[in-house]
Amino acid sequence: MKYQVVIGLEVHTQLTTNTKIFCGCSTRFGAEPNSQTCPVCLGFPGALPVLNKQVVENAILAGLATNCSITQRNVFARKNYFYPDLPKGYQISQFDLPICQHGHLDIEVDGERKRIGITRIHMEEDAGKLVHADIPGVDDSCVDLNRACTPLLEIVSEPDMRSPDEAIAYLKKLHQIVMYLGICDGNLEEGSFRCDANVSLMPVGSTVFGTRAELKNINSFKFIKQAIEYEIERQAEILDDGGKVIQETRLFDPNTGTTRSMRGKEEAHDYRYFPDPDLVPVLIPDQWIEDVRATLPELPEAKRARYVAELGLPEYDAEVLVSSRELAAYYEETVALFPQAKTVSNWVMGEVSRALNEDNNRSITDCPVTPALLADLLKLMEKGTISGKIAKTVFDEMYKSGKAPEKIVEEKGLVQVSDTGAIEAMVDEVLNNNPAQVEQYRGGKETVFGFFVGQVMRASKGKANPAVVNELLLKKLQG
Amino acid sequence: MKITRSEVEHVARLARLELSDSELDTFTGQMDGILAYVEKLNALDTDGIVPTSHAVPMENAFRPDQPADSIGVEAALANAPQRAESFFRVPKVIE
Repeated sequence: MKYQVVIGLEVHTQLTTNTKIFCGCSTRFGAEPNSQTCPVCLGFPGALPVLNKQVVENAILAGLATNCSITQRNVFARKNYFYPDLPKGYQISQFDLPICQHGHLDIEVDGERKRIGITRIHMEEDAGKLVHADIPGVDDSCVDLNRACTPLLEIVSEPDMRSPDEAIAYLKKLHQIVMYLGICDGNLEEGSFRCDANVSLMPVGSTVFGTRAELKNINSFKFIKQAIEYEIERQAEILDDGGKVIQETRLFDPNTGTTRSMRGKEEAHDYRYFPDPDLVPVLIPDQWIEDVRATLPELPEAKRARYVAELGLPEYDAEVLVSSRELAAYYEETVALFPQAKTVSNWVMGEVSRALNEDNNRSITDCPVTPALLADLLKLMEKGTISGKIAKTVFDEMYKSGKAPEKIVEEKGLVQVSDTGAIEAMVDEVLNNNPAQVEQYRGGKETVFGFFVGQVMRASKGKANPAVVNELLLKKLQG
Repeated sequence: MKITRSEVEHVARLARLELSDSELDTFTGQMDGILAYVEKLNALDTDGIVPTSHAVPMENAFRPDQPADSIGVEAALANAPQRAESFFRVPKVIE
């Protein structure tokens, strides 16, 4: 039988606050195990949590950026379960009153736009980390509670996606947005942006969803696609054999590209939520929402549209340039100083990106050729001081040394030669030295022209103004 | 009956409590009595009343996002039944 896949996604984004959600311990990654803990995040009896205001502001931002309505009366709830990485025996989360609800994101797959619903976004604390520490003589599990109580936003989508590609498009869009908002560092490997996928199948044409499996432990976009594709195959096989898919949690194994059942979780969904008496309600008046709205940055979609409409960039350029907030900022700063949108775009997507890639994927914010320096270089090119070809050489030198383009041009004697007399001498020399080719050209083989241009440019070490070279060559050859 | 024996068994299991047969009987009876007592509240008309989540009339207690000192690894682990280097050591968890 033919099946239609139905996918819903739950994303946990770790917020980039300085401190944990309910205590003042640092959230810095990579510190000595258990060094960033206190009675609150260790779950000591009697310790009282106090909410980090920044978490609420970040949650409102995320909600506004994903077209959600903001819940004005928020209550935290306890989600009860036992696990060694959860010291209190419950996780503080939100249940029936999540801070954001009824949002959506628009995605595009193969040129088709589609709206994906966002059911809810809620605030919660992370659990600690269970590790196999590789300590000699210790085969037990080890617990590091540095991550316990770190603020998370859980972003839950509607089951609106109908292919792995749609799931990836949604995730990338969401990832881009939280990065633009600056509320999450977006690092999938370190677990700052974690995804669980609910996957089910139904016969094509049906509107009744099948039983779903929840896939966990997927920490790259590639793995998410793999996990969903594997799960489609697995469930189709079960259904084809007349079997039933069991509702369960399955772990993705990146080594085999398969998913496997997590045992003993059948009772785990009985969480017995109830309001946490230690935390008072959070009321969010309209004014607070408007204050946060005022800090919303221009989001990628709006930016892309503006680049096309106002700067006249092709869709492709706009898409590439808005891919990260930092790249877009670099581009905009350069355009502000050298207002030729397409030329700047070519350089940013071309030389700048290439140099950064070759330099170990260096970050654009760390690019030695700053927007001001790049603009200076482009101005030199525009004035005709240097040719486009030389500009690339100068760029490489700027990237290496961080020096100003004027200085490099001066030091290396790279100023473009537009002086007709000097170029004419070189043209004459090239023509005199290559009488055979001159004969060919005059005999009708016009492709030899490129050869002459190349020879003259070489004689000038690339500095001759190409327009002048062309003009003089034509005149001499035809004359 | 407000609560069945098997419900008490289920709740006990979720709470990691091991109850003997006679304990199960005792607790089922006691909990049934408690629930029956609390059920008297159902006689009140609570239409249009927002469920009370907190007994204290207070809201928006925040702290600024400023780091405070942690207590340090030694203090954190001082009461741990078992430790391994800077970790809490627990029975092996297999997933």
